[in-house]
Amino acid sequence: MITLTVNGKTVEVDDSDPSTPLLWVLRDTLDLVGTKYGCGVGQCGACTVHVNGVPMRSCSTPIAAAAGQQVTTIEGLAREDGTLTAVQKAWIDLDVAQCGYCQAGQIMTATALLRRNPKPTDEQINTAMFGNLCRCGTYIRIKQAINAASEAIAKGGVA
Amino acid sequence: MNAVSFSADAYFAEVMREFEIIPTKKRADLSRRSILKIATAGGAGLVLAFQIGGAGKAMAATAPVKGEFVPNAFLRVAPSGRILIYSKSPEIGQGIKTAFPLIIAEELDAAWTDVDIEQAPVNPAVYGRQSAGGSRSIPQSWDQLRQAGAAARAMLVSAAAKDLRVPVSELTTADSEVIHQASGRKIGYGDLAIKAAGQPVPDVKALKLKTRDQYKLIGKSFGGVDNTNIVTGKPLYGIDLKIPGMVYATYTKCPAVGGKVASANIDEIKKLPGVKDAFVLEGNGLVAELMPGVAILADSTWAAFRAKSALQVKWDESEASKDSWSATVAKAKELAGQNGKEEIVKTGDFDGAYMGAVKKVEAFYSYPFVAHATMEPMNCTAHFKGDSAEIWAGTQTPERILSSTAKMLGIAENKVTVHQIRAGGGFGRRLVNDYAAEAIAISKQAGGIPVKLTWTREDDMAHDFFRPGGFHSFKAGLDANGKMVALSDHFITFTADGKAPVTGGNIPKEEFPFPMMANGLLTQTMLPLMTPTGAWRAPRSNTNAFAFQSFLHEVSAAAGRDHVEFLLELLGEARWLVPGNDGSLNTGRAAGVIKLAAEKAGWGRNLPKGRGLGMAFYFSHAGHFAETAEVSVDANNKVTVHKVIVVGDIGPIINMSSSLNQTQGAVIDGISTMNLELSIEKGRIGEGNFDEYPIMRITGIPEVETHFIQSEYAPTGLGEPALPPVAPAVANAVFMATGKRIRQMPFFKALSTQASA
Repeated sequence: MITLTVNGKTVEVDDSDPSTPLLWVLRDTLDLVGTKYGCGVGQCGACTVHVNGVPMRSCSTPIAAAAGQQVTTIEGLAREDGTLTAVQKAWIDLDVAQCGYCQAGQIMTATALLRRNPKPTDEQINTAMFGNLCRCGTYIRIKQAINAASEAIAKGGVA
Repeated sequence: MNAVSFSADAYFAEVMREFEIIPTKKRADLSRRSILKIATAGGAGLVLAFQIGGAGKAMAATAPVKGEFVPNAFLRVAPSGRILIYSKSPEIGQGIKTAFPLIIAEELDAAWTDVDIEQAPVNPAVYGRQSAGGSRSIPQSWDQLRQAGAAARAMLVSAAAKDLRVPVSELTTADSEVIHQASGRKIGYGDLAIKAAGQPVPDVKALKLKTRDQYKLIGKSFGGVDNTNIVTGKPLYGIDLKIPGMVYATYTKCPAVGGKVASANIDEIKKLPGVKDAFVLEGNGLVAELMPGVAILADSTWAAFRAKSALQVKWDESEASKDSWSATVAKAKELAGQNGKEEIVKTGDFDGAYMGAVKKVEAFYSYPFVAHATMEPMNCTAHFKGDSAEIWAGTQTPERILSSTAKMLGIAENKVTVHQIRAGGGFGRRLVNDYAAEAIAISKQAGGIPVKLTWTREDDMAHDFFRPGGFHSFKAGLDANGKMVALSDHFITFTADGKAPVTGGNIPKEEFPFPMMANGLLTQTMLPLMTPTGAWRAPRSNTNAFAFQSFLHEVSAAAGRDHVEFLLELLGEARWLVPGNDGSLNTGRAAGVIKLAAEKAGWGRNLPKGRGLGMAFYFSHAGHFAETAEVSVDANNKVTVHKVIVVGDIGPIINMSSSLNQTQGAVIDGISTMNLELSIEKGRIGEGNFDEYPIMRITGIPEVETHFIQSEYAPTGLGEPALPPVAPAVANAVFMATGKRIRQMPFFKALSTQASA
């Protein structure tokens, strides 16, 4: 068995195929379906999760590489009492989503950016978010939401 | 012509008939025939349901199940005061799951905070049309939804009148309460629910709908009703489904449409870890349903995908597509100089007028095939249960799964249950339910176990219903005053059956500006095609707009005229182009959006060197849109779009927030797609994943400014009509910036292969 921590809980998963992408362990085994399959080759960012706080493409991360690591998914961002993070709140306030399918990945990438760099420039936002595709074209609101979350964090909001 | 056709054209013809625009007068007739019915049970509240005239089916039962209402109507008022509204049509990112309930809540006079929203069950006998396509959801449901809310409100008011022993005329409503102003008494809708259920159903004709100045919700901004679930990662999409006993499936079809399975290493596949079964399906020959392929069933998606990568199939391609895009381009270039054999428009004497023209303009435009590439790949969960079937699908046409499944399985339609699930994008792709047919066929073949079929991204790219490419060979003649006196287009498109153009590859005789031309000639040549095509966001319009609106700018530039003034002259006096059809182009509305776009963009202002401002107008899906683009082009021919101004007239806006989101998305989709292309050789799509099909990323997105002219007409849809003007506005702006004329998609190729004009 492979042991890892997902959203603060220790889990043991089957290791018979250590090349199984973390994505499918999350979705099919652990029923954490907020992390999305989009391309399977690390091109679209819909599957983005945090591994030890770093945004990673879970479709291209073998489960063996996640052994002993701290994994956070979109389901694990809000506090246990349900309080949403500044990024999640901004995504709601700015009504970012159209189809919404890519947004979990967008939020995970944006969250990692703001935890590392709470006041990113436009260029830093572009660089950080470049790997996350949105077919509906919600990029304008994604940027606005990142800036709104940045301001909220500056005022004491949860990153 | 092709011996065998695998096109989805017949299917699309049926789907798109539903999207036809019905003139207002006919709509009113339909509405008059609407029958309002009420059903109550258990005294727990109020349920309203409709049967729309012409459906010809009895309303489905509203009898209670286990003491509850069957949720098959539009709204339900619980004694607690919570109001449950059912959104009848699929949510694909267009915001309808929020917009439909807003319309009902407006006429109900409900407080939005009292409203809960659920997706309605799929039951067209009760709900009427339940598709999402053609930007028709709002216009086709506008009256029906308002009546649903207004009828409920009228019954609540009647109940309150009895309760308070006052005439109905003394009562008003606001925020889910009936108010008797004279006495200051108020009763909440929840407290009236049981009594309202006993009130007679009002006659639709007697319903007093709100006037626009009375709106409290419509036109304001509301967040999408699923937003919290989206940002917290709740299961929302078809691909997120898990039902007891479910196995995970993949399906592998021939990369060239029409190929059959000659042999496959099924026995080896069955031995792979996690694999539960593998088998060949022969298919039913319908590309919109079930084509031949190999199904693999496994205990996880990954086990199924891993086994799929080891699958080796020998395809019998004797009847399969041999389509070649490069050969098609060569053929089209050969044909460009001639007229097509088929005449679509012929007015006056084009040849004579062109011969006598003081100035002549000729140009050849082309655009390639593109894919829908929704972020959520096609998937479906299905359970064949012998004499019945249950299907969960993100789809734009849920009611069609009822009929196609019933037919395929040889069971009655009422034995099929379809759950419409939020879809991770549609853009027209999910008008076809081939993936649902595959899932149910796999479930049946596997012995009736529930199956979740998930396509890989590569499956999704290979087996789309593509936007067809096409070619336009234009000629225009100008007189001494710079007036366009002759216009011709030889439109080169495709056909699957040898009779009609493929879906998305046609041109209507009303194409602007042919109805304005004294001497017009529109001819057509159809080349054979087997690659399936379909409806891609604003089908036909998204490509015809590029060709026509760019060429019109070539003509105005050749005449040395201001483009806005040129367009306004072409439009002429305000009128409906098809008299009596308020779904047709209205030249007054068109002029209105063009003038406002010019004003907002500062049309005519001086721009720095290397910058250009372009304008394009297009009418589609009953929406009038003019857009300007301000661009710059660097020394490497890289185009930067700085700002796009969108001006639209689609009547009143329902939800301002989602409407602005739609126009921003349409602009980005337009800019993204003007630089995309698919290669097709030996019947195969050359691009497999996003690395080869580079949809626009966050860098380089323009500022988008939107203005809606909220005219007095009934509202029409917004999913599509903001997209077509984007590409020509950018192309025209590039010309203004550089003098280089883009006549080909992808734009970057057109610019890199073109010396300065």
